[in-house]
Amino acid sequence: MAKETKTTKSVPGVKGKAADVAAPEGTPVAYPHTADSLAPVPHGGNVAYVRTEMASSEAPPALASGPVAWIRENLFSSIPNTVLTLLALYVIYVIVPPLVQFAFVDAVWSGTDRTACATEQQGGVQPNGWFGACWAYVGVYGEQFIYGRYPDEELWRVDIVGLLFFGALIPLLIPSAPFKRENIIFISVVFPVVALVLLTGGHFELNGFMPTGFLFEPGMVKFWVDYLILSAIVVGIAYAIARASDKDPMPGMRGAAIFMVGIAIIMAIFAVDFGLEHVPTDRWGGLLVTMVIAVTGIAVSLPIGIVLALGRRSHMPIVRFFSVVFIEFWRGVPLITVLFMSSVMLPLFLPEGVTFDKLLRALVGVAMFASAYMAEVVRGGLQAIPKGQFEGAMALGLNYNQMMRMIVMPQALKLVIPGIVNTFIGLFKDTTLVLIIGLFDFLGQIQSSFTDPTWATPVQALSAYLFAAFVYFVFCFGMSRYSIFMERRLDTGHR
Amino acid sequence: MAVTTAGESAPRVALLNDPKIRAWIVQILLLVVLVWLTYVGIQNMFANLQAANIASGFGFLNRNAGFAISQSLLDYDQATSTFGRVFFVGLINTLIVSIVGVVIATILGFVVGIARLSQNWVVSGIATVYIETLRNIPLLLQIFVWYFAVLRLLPGRRDSLDMGFLGQLNISGWYAPKPIYGDGINLVLGALVIAIVAIFVIARWARKRQEQTGEIFPVFWTSVGLFIGLPLIAYFIAGMPLSFEYPEQGNFGPRGGARIYPEFIGLLLALSFYTGAFIAEIVRAGILGVNKGQTEASHALGLRNGPTLRLVIVPQALRIIIPPLTSQYLNLTKNSSLAVAIAYPDLVSVFAGTALNQTGQAVEILMMTMLTYLALSLLISAFMNWYNAKMALVER
Repeated sequence: MAKETKTTKSVPGVKGKAADVAAPEGTPVAYPHTADSLAPVPHGGNVAYVRTEMASSEAPPALASGPVAWIRENLFSSIPNTVLTLLALYVIYVIVPPLVQFAFVDAVWSGTDRTACATEQQGGVQPNGWFGACWAYVGVYGEQFIYGRYPDEELWRVDIVGLLFFGALIPLLIPSAPFKRENIIFISVVFPVVALVLLTGGHFELNGFMPTGFLFEPGMVKFWVDYLILSAIVVGIAYAIARASDKDPMPGMRGAAIFMVGIAIIMAIFAVDFGLEHVPTDRWGGLLVTMVIAVTGIAVSLPIGIVLALGRRSHMPIVRFFSVVFIEFWRGVPLITVLFMSSVMLPLFLPEGVTFDKLLRALVGVAMFASAYMAEVVRGGLQAIPKGQFEGAMALGLNYNQMMRMIVMPQALKLVIPGIVNTFIGLFKDTTLVLIIGLFDFLGQIQSSFTDPTWATPVQALSAYLFAAFVYFVFCFGMSRYSIFMERRLDTGHR
Repeated sequence: MAVTTAGESAPRVALLNDPKIRAWIVQILLLVVLVWLTYVGIQNMFANLQAANIASGFGFLNRNAGFAISQSLLDYDQATSTFGRVFFVGLINTLIVSIVGVVIATILGFVVGIARLSQNWVVSGIATVYIETLRNIPLLLQIFVWYFAVLRLLPGRRDSLDMGFLGQLNISGWYAPKPIYGDGINLVLGALVIAIVAIFVIARWARKRQEQTGEIFPVFWTSVGLFIGLPLIAYFIAGMPLSFEYPEQGNFGPRGGARIYPEFIGLLLALSFYTGAFIAEIVRAGILGVNKGQTEASHALGLRNGPTLRLVIVPQALRIIIPPLTSQYLNLTKNSSLAVAIAYPDLVSVFAGTALNQTGQAVEILMMTMLTYLALSLLISAFMNWYNAKMALVER
């Protein structure tokens, strides 16, 4: 039996239908109608012409499968398609080999000054006609591209802030990682305080904010006295609101008091001298500034955006009007004019003597701009929540705050995570504009390095831009992949 | 259990628990805070301006600007032109680069978007790489790459690249052939206008006839014929009134022709390639958004591939494509303000840049600039709403 199957196997076209086909010559075959013709074949009986195992399938013809067939089918199926493929291959040929040649083959990886990256004609060591990337220059300037002019011996502070940030952010972005609540508190309360103290050096001067000459001379003491008065006013307002709405005043007052104490603790931390050298923001630069602007922008714009989105959907006409005007104004103007405004016009609106850090001015502009976009993203999420959710919440007796906090916002914000990530990508790319108002972000730092005659060569700009493009691409592409991943993950139901 | 009867007064509610009263309190508080902030801000502003000895008001618009602008379609003269003229020169330069950019970006975006949907793996792969790369690199960096890196590779002024009838190209710009209009040019332009009007009339008539009799009139080829033929005939009748002045290579660079500045070329290329990547994604989404059943139903009705695409797929895809496309146009217009980084004389660069530095009147100038962009945005979105309403599904 086994021998027979083996023989049938080699017959082309026989696939599991051995009974219908004559066995190859030389094999004794019993046909049903010759012997025992009417007797049914017992199941599993030892009948010569019934196969006991399946014939394995034949390999398809060489041209119907495999890479050659795939190429034929996909790339050269018709004349227009062939033309397209050839055209596309030509485009690849024009772009890729020169790029590889420039970035890798002809690139200079080490050197101390411009001679390494200049041709003999230009006063260097490379043969004439050489055209390659100057990675030596990027390597030498690498530290400046990341930290700007931040003092060398203090760089560890930036490193710690970076480690804390990514260490807290990555578990937050992984949906299955534990301790989400603790992580959110860390990244939204503890981290900003630590980062501000570490990056600037802390030891801020607290001067008091009530009118000068009131009770004490400006200084630490006056600040705390003023703060105490302010706290008393805030707690008093909480009491008044509770009384006016026939509620027990205790919870509100306690909440206000805890809030004020929390702010006081943060203020105290800012005032403490940790012995860190003060680093003014004009020494910050490079990727550090890019990250500071992008992260602060998104962190500030999210709460403002939520408030604006709620305002735009509010039933109160004045609130809605201001929200619409605010959102449409910022969305209708280019970011660069916003930055001009915050750097030139903003100081005019402040009382005399109050000066603003250049970086802080840019941050204000970016935050306003991003808030308007964020508001529209959040509004999209709010609109996607079915009306029944609002009505259900109200039917349960929840008030507006409770309804938004416990029912609507958790659902709406979850829906707009991809939108928030996309806004962040846009903001990350837009941070480059701060170089126009004289800040040195990553691109600004690169641009300013061109003034250094030590490395001035014709390939300098192209090398640096290629490096910058690579860095921005890695960040933005990574974030957009994450956004797509979240979109798929959140896309539950409705299918 | 008390039963409320008609005459009984409602139970007394605390003032703050009445939603209406609470809403008004909140709004009045908001209004008071905003008005107070504005008041303080403006007061500070006047105090600061006085301290810095800066004039206010719009009188500066009539003052002489006194600086040169490289590219200007309006008559602009460094010695006599005012800041008001600077504003319009800048605005027109912004509009030029935006309009040309929108056209190129749209063509590029449609080609790449359709290429990405191609069955051809190499073609769709190139389209994907193009889209993902350009979308994820900041526009400003792309402008720098074009302007400082790519265009700097062009030959110097003395040995320009000769592009034949396209003129000369070198590091200081593209010296394009300059059209010189003769006497009869109005006849040609008139013929062009007549051709366009005739195309509209014929299209209308053809549609009506098709609705009534079912006969199809070849509108497209007739239009092409009219559009090219009529002005061509007029051109010969008028005695060839249009000629081109070609730039000539002199000792110190090309002479004559219309010079197109490298700032313009760099900005235009960066804007078009960047926005093109976004438009490509919009186009792809629009085409994918049309249900496959539409194609199948159209085939089942006996329409071939061409008419299916033209009459069934594209109109529906356009309905999805147009709104985000308009916002990309808007983005391109706003992004053209990055011109300031490479000193292309657009509105932000010459008006909110140079003019602001010269006059110091930041508030007036920035407000004018921002309101101009705002007006452009509102105009484009008004158009978008109108178009949307026109194209929206009419449900019967």
